[in-house]
Amino acid sequence: MSEELVLKIEGLHVYYGAIHAIKGIDVKVPKGKIITLIGANGAGKTTTLSTIAGLVKAKSGKVIFKGRDITNRPAHLVNKMGIALVPEGRRIFPGLTVYENLMMGAYNRKDREEVEKDLEWIFELFPRLKERLKQLGGTLSGGEQQMLAISRALMSRPRLLMMDEPSLGLAPILVEEVFDVIKKINQEGTTILLVEQNALGALKISHYGYVLETGSIVLEGPSKELLKNDMVRKAYLGVA
Amino acid sequence: MNQEVFFLQNFFNALMLGGLYALIAVGYTMVYGILRLINFAHGDIMMMGVYFAFYTAVLFSSPPLIAAIVAVAGAAGLGFLIDRIAYKPLRNAPRISALITAIGMSFFLESFAVVVFGAVQKPFVQIFKTKESKVILNKVLMVGGARIPLLTFLVILLTLAIFAVLFLIVYKSKIGMAMRAISMDIPTTALMGINVDGVIGFTFALGSALAAASGIMWAMRYPNVYPYMGFMPGMKAFIAAVVGGIGSIPGAVVGGLLLGFIEIFTVSYFPTMSGYRDAFSFIILILILMFKPSGILGKKAIEKV
Ligand SMILES: Nc1ncnc2c1ncn2[C@@H]1O[C@H](COP(=O)(O)OP(=O)(O)O)[C@@H](O)[C@H]1O
Ligand SMILES: [Mg+2]
Repeated sequence: MSEELVLKIEGLHVYYGAIHAIKGIDVKVPKGKIITLIGANGAGKTTTLSTIAGLVKAKSGKVIFKGRDITNRPAHLVNKMGIALVPEGRRIFPGLTVYENLMMGAYNRKDREEVEKDLEWIFELFPRLKERLKQLGGTLSGGEQQMLAISRALMSRPRLLMMDEPSLGLAPILVEEVFDVIKKINQEGTTILLVEQNALGALKISHYGYVLETGSIVLEGPSKELLKNDMVRKAYLGVA
Repeated sequence: MNQEVFFLQNFFNALMLGGLYALIAVGYTMVYGILRLINFAHGDIMMMGVYFAFYTAVLFSSPPLIAAIVAVAGAAGLGFLIDRIAYKPLRNAPRISALITAIGMSFFLESFAVVVFGAVQKPFVQIFKTKESKVILNKVLMVGGARIPLLTFLVILLTLAIFAVLFLIVYKSKIGMAMRAISMDIPTTALMGINVDGVIGFTFALGSALAAASGIMWAMRYPNVYPYMGFMPGMKAFIAAVVGGIGSIPGAVVGGLLLGFIEIFTVSYFPTMSGYRDAFSFIILILILMFKPSGILGKKAIEKV
């Protein structure tokens, strides 16, 4: 396969003390694609993203980003290399304004003019954020906080955008909006690794998917095929 | 002396003392805000700062202003080093370990000062050698009939200027934004590409610099240098930080001023109580902990350490 890989995970094992949370997984994220990792609560989705991001240490295995081994690099260096994470539960800075939250995402950027352009782009994606720039992050609604969390990650202009259950806890109409935006961000050139419990939404917009169960990948394939797969339909799409 | 004059005199004294407490209190509150750690060595960093100024002036015959700048920079470096050596390795340890380490660091700095600088009190004013500096030091201004030392005004003005700079750093600069973000959520701050340990080190340096600045002004007014000189001001400033709401910088200012005013005014208007001068702060602390444990401007309830 000659496609260019942005991220490659090889034989990754992660432990929390005695708990073996990730049991030797392999994942490939090709450039320009949306790759999704679906699985039930506790499957190890967040652990996988946290390990890539440098928040959790791998016991063994490799995380390779654009050909460079970044396994167990501290989180701030991983971000500087071009990986941004929209964390589970959004994790907006509640006491910073919406504008400051966005600037936190652009903390290491020196190209002020480009930062301004990206801000404009974000206001196009999420017009509501523009009206709330001076408000404290903690005063936003859940949906607005999710949009802010995505925008904050985009402000670092990542080569790889990782999202941990962006649709969690949102009203159905907002869930659709979030998936639409993810698709749009991808179409404008950003490679995405999307983690979801909402398997249907994630498989519909992604190119390729992995199914994670208690720390192991039990199934993988093009998302279109996974949508038709009996096991996936039974276990994750609620179709008998 | 008439009432108004008496009041004015006390007012300026209280403003000065309160400002000095506030400068130290800010260091406690910034570190607590970020690490939930009470840096018990903070008062001793102030003491070290005063010694740095004293010896820079005495050994190198430098002018007091240069000595002060060297001392503030030295204290900043010391605060940074203390974090790196003593606290950073304990970031993921139970909070009590860091707290005990802080108490140990306080003892260490005091003992270090006894051994290296000697336990004998040294008159700080001896660093002012020139005639001009002595004139400035002893000049008295008349304000509304009250005699206020010029030094008092200088200390108040300098304290105000330092606070203005501090507020600019914390609320308007990028690193200040990172400091505030860390106090809310450390892992997410790291996800933004921010070197959290670097920002924490900067916070220690900044707090220590302010403590040294306060200590130098303190020593000009209460003129001796000695190894335990950081204890009482440190204790009072800690109380000021808790009373104002630990973790809140405006709270440290409010708490410091409150303590300064109560201390000066109770002693002045009830001279028989002057022996209890230091007790007032503790009484206020107890009252606050009883009726508003989160402090005047604090939001969250403080955790038991
Ligand atoms: N900080 C932690 N300490 C101990 N165990 C954890 C921790 N975080 C997650 N786990 C465990 O690791 C497994 C995977 O969790 P997680 O990655 O959060 O799953 P998911 O995101 O798919 O819901 C679960 O069994 C969970 O209980
Ligand atoms: Mg999760």
